[in-house]
Amino acid sequence: MASIKKHKSTEMGLHDEVLTGRTQQVFFNSEEGENFFYHDAHEVDFNKRTEIDANNLECIDINRKINELMAEGYGTIVIKNPGSKHSIGVGILNKLNLIVEGSLGYFGIGSVDGPVVRISGRVGWSCAENMMAGKVVVEKNAGSCFGAAIRGGDLICKGSVGARSGIDMKGGTIIVGGDAGAFTGFMMQRGRIVILGDVGPNLGDSLYDGTIFVAGSIKSLGADAVEAELTDLDISWLKRKIKVAEIDKKIDYKKITKIVSGKKLWNYDNLEPTERKGAI
Amino acid sequence: MCGIAGIIHKGKSTNVGGEMQKMLQSLKHRGPDSTGYALYGNGESNNYILRFKVGENVKEGSSAVMEDPSVYQERIDQVNEKISNAGASIKKEEKITPYSYRYVISYDGDLLDLAKQIESVEMTEILSLGKSLELIKDIGDASVVADQYDLGDFAGTHGIGHTRMATESGVDIRSAHPYWAYPFSDVSVVHNGQLTNYWNNRRALEKKGMRFMSTCDSELIAVYLANKIRNGVELEEAMKGSLEDLDGVFTYLVATKDKLGMAKDHMAAKPMVLYESDDLVALASEEVAIRTVLPEEIDTYDPYEGEVKVWQA
Repeated sequence: MASIKKHKSTEMGLHDEVLTGRTQQVFFNSEEGENFFYHDAHEVDFNKRTEIDANNLECIDINRKINELMAEGYGTIVIKNPGSKHSIGVGILNKLNLIVEGSLGYFGIGSVDGPVVRISGRVGWSCAENMMAGKVVVEKNAGSCFGAAIRGGDLICKGSVGARSGIDMKGGTIIVGGDAGAFTGFMMQRGRIVILGDVGPNLGDSLYDGTIFVAGSIKSLGADAVEAELTDLDISWLKRKIKVAEIDKKIDYKKITKIVSGKKLWNYDNLEPTERKGAI
Repeated sequence: MCGIAGIIHKGKSTNVGGEMQKMLQSLKHRGPDSTGYALYGNGESNNYILRFKVGENVKEGSSAVMEDPSVYQERIDQVNEKISNAGASIKKEEKITPYSYRYVISYDGDLLDLAKQIESVEMTEILSLGKSLELIKDIGDASVVADQYDLGDFAGTHGIGHTRMATESGVDIRSAHPYWAYPFSDVSVVHNGQLTNYWNNRRALEKKGMRFMSTCDSELIAVYLANKIRNGVELEEAMKGSLEDLDGVFTYLVATKDKLGMAKDHMAAKPMVLYESDDLVALASEEVAIRTVLPEEIDTYDPYEGEVKVWQA
């Protein structure tokens, strides 16, 4: 476990987050864009609004109901009495205003691509896992694995989050108004995490790429996580994002710590184990 | 996977049996094999409440116990004799199932001596021995066990419970949680997770004279805490020590006659959701369990890695 110390990354500022070494990248041809569509996506009208009372419904019934309403063109759906049930709001693949009046259990809003979701309560483990695009705002606290493996979009928790937030993250932005637990950004591959409170041990452990910003204290850094120089470009981006996140908190931007990958782990070279040991 | 839950009311007694039943039933999907309750009631004057079993409720599978129920009566007769020989007297005797009993006994001697005498009877295991603790566990979900043992109206200040998905040992009562911290009255433990240095710790504790009834790794936590308490360590300190001495991923709850505590390992790999107010503390593997007793919108949070908390009834 590395301790936090002044170590300047070789790549300063908002770098391009290009994976190097053995990682293979595949780029899609933008001209083939018309070939990409979801057959479960719907055209919706945001002005068409309706409600679902989840009180006596199982999660599968709630999700089926959401899908039926979207098929009917409803663009604003309010879920009342969610009762911390699991897996609500998963697999929404089109634009939608989803308003959850209450708390969600585990795996809420997972694998979505496009909706804007506002949750007035708390969320359990793995909220918005695999989110590809959209915006999810949680007004209270969140459990562990917040935003696990997200590819894109903005995921915001105004309270505190548990351990391993942004684990395996591949893009997008996670913003946390409060504190975060151990192993935040564990094996992160792309994207940005912003923690406005304190963060627990092993921050950014084994991160491949991506950037983590912390306004409070850091208990310890994980393997291969290093501190980098905070640039004016970073501060400008942070101000914009935090404003969009509607987090009302006094922040001393110049004191924010920026963490990136030291790029000393196995995937960044073609060295044999014995050679790598010498390099580290 | 397993589910754990607990609730403690500050300064008042309520229907804690019914509350725990609702919480545990909502966690059935985390473990349908067996369910256990450690409920802290209002006691029976100054007498001990002894919960024990003289047989197993396993009728099929590799660990099946195909006993003629008539052997239970023979064992009960032996248990009664052992209790008498130890200098205790039975004040009240209730047969709950063919193999499970609840006794109220008067005793002022050493609990370890009494426990050893009782457990010298074949297939006999003390589930709990205390002045307010009543530990009940059996095969089936929370409602099945609560109905079987008539727990729906149990009044008390606090309780912990467990729904088990058997992974490390068999589907039987001896491997079900909670575990009594033998031989300390009124101490019980439930656990969600895996302990990876079970055998090292077990061998060390057995050398110190501690007793294990199962091969379930969770029992280690109860025995570990019992050993610490035996050596004069305060509960909270013992729990903090467990985070260093026990390897693996775990979250556990422990209860004493007037306290409820929780501990979470350094990886925070096992879930726990916590709600605290001026009146009560409720905690469970999933918030959906807490919402069965507090259906209104509440503010909950996940305790962080390495946290130990203890609350007073």
